[in-house]
Parts: sequence; structure tokens; C-alpha cells
Amino acid sequence: MTRLSPYARAKPRPTGSRREVAIWYLMRITGVMLFVLALAHFSIYHFIWDPAEQTAEFIITQRWNQLFWRGYTWLMLMTVLFHGWLGMRTVILDYVHRPRLRTGILWSLYVVGLVLLVIGTQVIVAAPLPE
Amino acid sequence: MSRVPTLLRYRGREGMLAWAFHRISGVGIFAFVVLHVIDIYLVGGDPELYDEVLEFYASLPGRLMEVVLGAALLYHALNGLRIIILDLWPAMTVYHRALWWGTWIIFIGVGVPGALIIMRPVWLPWLQAAGLA
Repeated sequence: MTRLSPYARAKPRPTGSRREVAIWYLMRITGVMLFVLALAHFSIYHFIWDPAEQTAEFIITQRWNQLFWRGYTWLMLMTVLFHGWLGMRTVILDYVHRPRLRTGILWSLYVVGLVLLVIGTQVIVAAPLPE
Repeated sequence: MSRVPTLLRYRGREGMLAWAFHRISGVGIFAFVVLHVIDIYLVGGDPELYDEVLEFYASLPGRLMEVVLGAALLYHALNGLRIIILDLWPAMTVYHRALWWGTWIIFIGVGVPGALIIMRPVWLPWLQAAGLA
């Protein structure tokens, strides 16, 4: 094994807990997915279309009338919530040490994530399909 | 000494700065995602209110916010890729400083034109008035 510079890694691959190792890998897999999904999303809605054009009607009739873009949006929502949850979890575990406060903040993070998952899915699924 | 922030006090050089920026941009992006899922929910829930929120996104302060958001997103994406390269291919650690500077070269090369496109309502009328566009 190459000796690593102490500067090199953000978070070394954990050893021991299988769950932490799985999270470490999932963070990287969802990160690569978001590299494509989120950067393409940002580019499409800022460089190809202008924010001023994207009214609720535009989203319903020009974007979510196509199943591809609905699927894209939902996949991105799932990926970003997963990556964001786990990232925020890492930050909370690093800085909040008082046990009850830590549990409370982690729970509020899970609740926020769950609410976003539900309302985000609802708005994508409930949008009317074209005739 | 304890009043000096660790980031300035502890001389961790490139890797430490990369880590700090990654964390700050990540928390910022998460905050925007929370806002953005809620505003998109309005597309179905209250389309008129959504269109009002959109007016802010299309305004000058809104566009400045999008430039900052885009910068955070681009940095976080590029630095994340740098981390993955170093994780999967530890021998690349020898070139960790080159990777760090490469991140910034791509950041500027992609980010500056991107920021100009987002801010086009500011400079485009001026260019048109001068007969250049």
C-alpha cells in the first residue's frame, strides 16, 4: 500500500463497521451520479433556458410532459437527498458531541429529508400527463 | 490564540483548504436543495406563488445568488472528483498539488463563462445599445 500524504483524502475509508464502509462507497457513487445529474440540471436551466422563462406552466407543459425528464428529476431528487443526508450526518457527527443534542439534530435531519422526499415525489408524480 | 479560527491557525495547506471548502459548499448546497424542493413543490401546490418566487430567481439579487450557488456546486463537484481519484488510485497522491491547481483551472475556465451567461440581463442591453449584439 502506497504511503499517503496526510493532505490527500477527505475522509479515509473507515475500517471495522460494515455500515460505515458501505456509506463511504455510496457517498462516492452518488457523488459521481450527481456530477452528471446536478451539473447538467444546473446548466440546462441556466445556460440553455433562462430562469425568467421557467414558470409553473413551462415546467408542466415543456418539461414534465416528458416521462424522461420526470424520471431524471426524480432520480436526481433521490440521489441528492441520499448524498445530502449522509453528508450532513457526517458534519453533525463531527461537530455535535453532546449525546442528546446530537440525537435531536440527527432526528430533525431525518425528518427534513423524509418531508422533502415525500413532497418532491408527490409534485413529480401528481403532475398531469399529456393527452 | 483560541480566538483565531482553526482554518487560519493550523497550517494544513492545500488539502485542508480543499476539505474546508468542500464542507462549506456542501452545507450551502444542502440548504439550497431544501429551499428548491419546497419551491418546486409549489408548481403543483400553488402555481401562482411559484411564479412569484420565480420572479425573485430571475431578478438581479436572485441571479447573484445563482452564481454563488453555481460556484459552490462546481467546486464541490470538481473537488469531489479529485477526492475519488485519490481514493481509487492512491499513487496519484504524488500529484495531489497538481490536482488541486487543476481543480481551480477548470473552476475558473467553466465558472467565469457560466457566471457571465447567468448575468446576461446585466450586460446584454449595454452591448445591444453599443450596437455590438
